[in-house]
Amino acid sequence: MLAIGPAPLALEPLVSAVAADSDGVDGAIVTFLGLARNHNQGRRVRYLEYEAYTPLALKTFARIAVEARERWPGVRVALHHRTGRVNIGEASVAIVTASPHRGDAYSSCRYVIERVKQIAPVWKREYFEGGDVWIEGATADPDDATAREHAERIACA
Amino acid sequence: MRVTVRLFARLRDITGTAEMPREVSTGATIATVWRDLAGEFPGLSAYERSMSSALNEDYVRMDAEVHDGDEIAFLPPVSGG
Repeated sequence: MLAIGPAPLALEPLVSAVAADSDGVDGAIVTFLGLARNHNQGRRVRYLEYEAYTPLALKTFARIAVEARERWPGVRVALHHRTGRVNIGEASVAIVTASPHRGDAYSSCRYVIERVKQIAPVWKREYFEGGDVWIEGATADPDDATAREHAERIACA
Repeated sequence: MRVTVRLFARLRDITGTAEMPREVSTGATIATVWRDLAGEFPGLSAYERSMSSALNEDYVRMDAEVHDGDEIAFLPPVSGG
């Protein structure tokens, strides 16, 4: 249920995988797709290219799923991230969370994407009209408790 | 001893290579390897405070000791999602 690679993303297999583990206890499944959009900081974006440190990315996804379960007991997480070229309108990341309660499913889904942005060893290069640039966001530090609390706050807002 | 250094995204662009073997002395730490590398590729210095490091596919602090055959990775600020 945790993967990273060049294949196009689809929600349905993730939903099925999460649902298959349910044993009937789930009350909600929440899905999230992150898309490549055609504008960023005043630039007209043509496409994105993602690079990852794959083995560490998978370990980090597993860690994020554990964190989500610690905060929202009973939640299960599926997470796929894409690498390589992602065209405008295509999904770069897909997240599915399942829980007995809809509130926990929504919150944990938001938490997972915030943590991916904070600590997953994945980088996007933006190709825009006139050039290209590596986007650099957060300094990845999984043990930074402040960042984790920040993600929890956003998730529960 | 010999270790392998892996570089990603902008750090790879700066050095022009994704993976390189490096000779390091016994007792070397991640910080030692980074300083050595930044000496050779001055463009890396700007990342001194913002990059993360990994040892054998796990995040580590800069004071972690490295051993023969280790894989070390230096990671610029991440931008997944």
